[in-house]
Parts: sequence; structure tokens; C-alpha cells
Amino acid sequence: MDFKTFVFYVLAAIMVFAALRVITARNPVHAALFLVLSFFSAGGIWLLLAAEFLAIVLVMVYVGAVMVLFLFVVMMLDINLDRLRQGFWSYLPVGALIGVLLVVEMALVLGGRYFGLEAMPEPPAAQAGYSNTRELGRLLYTDYVYPFELASLLLLVAMIVAVTLTLRKRKGVRYLNPSEQISIKRGDRVELISMSAEKE
Amino acid sequence: MEALLEPVVQLFGPAWPAVWTLTKIVAIIAPLMLCVAYLTLAERKVIGYMQVRIGPNRVGPKGLLQPIADGMKLLFKEIIVPSGASKGLFILGPILAIAPSLAAWAVVPFGDGMVLADVNAGLLFLLAITSVEVYGVIIAGWASNSKYPFLGSMRAAAQMVSYEVAMGFALICVLLISASLNLTDIVRSQGQGQFHDMGLSFLSWNWIPLFPMFIVFLISGIAETNRAPFDVVEGESEVVAGHMVEYSGMAFALFFLAEYANMILVSILTSVLFVGGWLSPVSFLPDGFFWLALKTAFFLFVFLWARATFPRFRYDHIMRLGWKVFIPITLVWVIVVAVWMMSPLSIWK
Repeated sequence: MDFKTFVFYVLAAIMVFAALRVITARNPVHAALFLVLSFFSAGGIWLLLAAEFLAIVLVMVYVGAVMVLFLFVVMMLDINLDRLRQGFWSYLPVGALIGVLLVVEMALVLGGRYFGLEAMPEPPAAQAGYSNTRELGRLLYTDYVYPFELASLLLLVAMIVAVTLTLRKRKGVRYLNPSEQISIKRGDRVELISMSAEKE
Repeated sequence: MEALLEPVVQLFGPAWPAVWTLTKIVAIIAPLMLCVAYLTLAERKVIGYMQVRIGPNRVGPKGLLQPIADGMKLLFKEIIVPSGASKGLFILGPILAIAPSLAAWAVVPFGDGMVLADVNAGLLFLLAITSVEVYGVIIAGWASNSKYPFLGSMRAAAQMVSYEVAMGFALICVLLISASLNLTDIVRSQGQGQFHDMGLSFLSWNWIPLFPMFIVFLISGIAETNRAPFDVVEGESEVVAGHMVEYSGMAFALFFLAEYANMILVSILTSVLFVGGWLSPVSFLPDGFFWLALKTAFFLFVFLWARATFPRFRYDHIMRLGWKVFIPITLVWVIVVAVWMMSPLSIWK
């Protein structure tokens, strides 16, 4: 077993353990942190596959932004475990179905030999100076530019929806306008009057 | 050098690459920790003189041993774990705070070829690592099981996530004009151009064409490190000391070290990305690490200067600055730079 394989097994073991703990941890915050750990190990495995752009973006987007906000919410909520347990049995068939589907998909990938994977030749090894990021960018902005633009449009819609869902104008609420406060000058607040001294 | 190392290489055999890398890591971390220690002294001295007082001058000659004394004091203090704290996470918090701020140094180039890991995606790596830094603060705040740390960590999380976006866009501009994610290449790309040929290299560095980004990056850097005037995270008058309230001894010291290591990191990054790294400002002087150190020291001074000058920002002002001022500016500037590059007026050909 060479060193790379060893690293792969270590990362994979951590990932499987973390993924298991995500669904078995009693504390939701611990579960979210285990999810972060499994993302991290997934990033490591992608690095082994020489997909450094995807690996780093996974850490940047999911670990650095999405999970932070997720933790934010989980920490703020007062989660009642008993209420979460309710309806476990009614949801079980749906969950089991998804689980079976995932197992089938993984079997298709792992058992590629039996499903005619040989028809697809292995990609040629990358030459020196090959930049994963540059190649991905070139493909995204040339061959796949329409799907890419479509995806960005979807994200834009999601963003606008998120804003409109939380935006509400309440009446009778007084709030400060920072830009007005910052742009205030002395002349707006203080008036200097020159007048002669008054006598009693 | 090669001949000198030969017997050592043979001594370690196949383990040599690992040993050599570890040596390099120690060669980066040890001076860094020394810099952190003396940065605390420099901070107290600089702010002291700015406020017309002397600052620490009792321990050692001219107070020079003060950081050592502070370090010893923290080492010998007891670490108290509050009852009701989530113990594992309570210990993990400070570790997660300092680990990313040290890991980021792997890709920082100190000179031409003087870098621990000369990776192609260096800039991306930096963005990813700095985005992980927030976990230390959040976990510490939550695991302390107390109101003030929790409020402090919530503030920190919101603030760091907000300013990361602006910082990312500023980095995209740098990436656009140097056409590389490798930090060494980014510095090299600044050492060419019309002004460089005229002998005035400092005019061909990134800070002139990207001036708004340079300012945005520096200010976002101050906000990312939670330094004054953006230090609402530990605002003493509101949340006592933020996420660090319940920590004592070395656990507290780790947060402290992480904060100062981050300050140095942001300063050195600003030097590398915008003002030419190790390049000399004029052509007749040689390039070298000396220049990088000088530039970094200047930006560190700006950090201290800002702390002594500005009052703490109100929280809604911080959010407004991040989301409504910086992000629009950076977004527009990305487009401006992209159009500029494609136009006949481009200076990066």
C-alpha cells in the first residue's frame, strides 16, 4: 500500500465516522460540527484526486460560509429532542427508500466493471503545469456557458426570494438611518448666531 | 549547502522529505511567534506614545522583556473550565482559532522561491483557510455556556462572514490582472511594466490600478481580524470580552496569539498582493525579504494607528459598511478591471 492509498483510507475512515455521528449525535450543534468534519475529509479526498479547485471551493463555500450560518441557526434555536423524535416511524419508509437508492447508485459506481465501464477509456494523466482551475474555468465559460448562466440565474432568483421572504415593512417602527447619520455636518446641528451682549 | 546537508539526508533516509518540511515549518512558526510576542509590546508602546504616555518600561531594559513576562504569567495560570460547559468543544475552540491562522502561512512567499508550499491555487487556499478561522470563535462562544461569549461569537460570525465577501472580490481583481492564483507569480507579475522599465517599480505595483481594492482589502482585513475599530466582538463595555470571557491561562493566550498572527498575516498579504511583496520600490536597489518585512511592518503600524485613532463602530454601521458600501464597490471594480483588461487601453499586456 503506497502512501497515497494510506492517506485515502485515513480520510475515508474519518469521513464515514463523521457522517455516522451526524445522524447519531444527540446534540444538534455537535451533529453540525461533525458535518463540517466530513466536508473537510471530502475536501481532502478530492485533493488526492488532483481536483484542487473543487476541494478548496468545498471548504470555502460549505465549511466557511454555509455551515457557519447553519451553526448560527442551530445554536440560536431551542431544539427539543423529544419533539424531533416524534414521527420517526412515519418518516422511516421515505428515508429507507432514499437510503436504498443511494446504495444502488454507489453500487453502480463501485461495481463499474460489471456495467460496462471499460467502454469509457481512462482520462490521460495530467501533464506538468496543468491547472485544474484554469481548465474548469475554460470549460465553464465556453462549452457549458448556457447551463452555467442558467445556474447563476437560479441562484439569483433564490437570493431575491430569500430577501423578499424576510423583508417586511412594519408600521410605527422608528429606526436609524446610518447613511443620514454619517453624512451629517456641523452646520445641520449647530447654528452660530452673532448677537450683541444683552444687559439686564 | 547541498554537500553540507548530504550526511543529514542519509541519516534520515526515506523520512528526509518529512523532516525537511518540518524544519521549514519550524523556521516559519518560531520567528512568527516571536513577532507576535513583540507585536504586543509594539502595540502597547505605539498606542502609549500616541496617547502621550510611555507604555511598559519596567521589565528588562526599556521594557523589552515585557512580552516574555506576560507569556510566563499566562503559562502558569490555571485553565478553568466552567461548569455546564461542553468540555471537548471548550478545549477545541482555541485550537481551532490558532490552527488556521498558522496554516495560512504555508503559501506565503517570503522571497523569490522562498515559500513552504508553492501551490498553484495559493490564493484560493488562503481564502478557504481564512474562512475556517471563524469556527474557533463560534465554538468557543457556544461551548462556554454563557450569555456574553455567545453574543460575542454571534457578532463575530456575522461580521467575519460579511467582510469575507468583500475581501474575496478584492482578491478576484488581483487574480484577474495577474492571471494566476500562485502568490509567487502574483508578486512577479507586479515587477514588470512601463514604470518598472523607467526605474520606478513602485508605480507598477497593483496598488495603483487597484487602489479602491487595496483600501477595501486593508479595511476588511482589520474587520476580519476583529481589531479596533471593528472589535465589537470583544467590546468590553457591552459583552465584557466576547467569546474569550470564560477562558483563562494558555487557552486565552491561544486566542490572543491567533489574533496577532492574523494581523501579521493580513499585513503580509496586503504587501504581497498590492505593494509588490519582496520587490524593491526602485530599480537600483536589490529585491529581497528586507522589503517585504518593511512593508509588513508599515501595515502593522496602520493596524495599531487605527486602533489608537478611531472609536469603536456601532454594529449596524459595521454591517452597512460591509454589505452596502464595500460589496457594491468591489463588484463594480471587478467589472471595471475586466473591461479595462479587454480594452485597447489595457496596461497588462
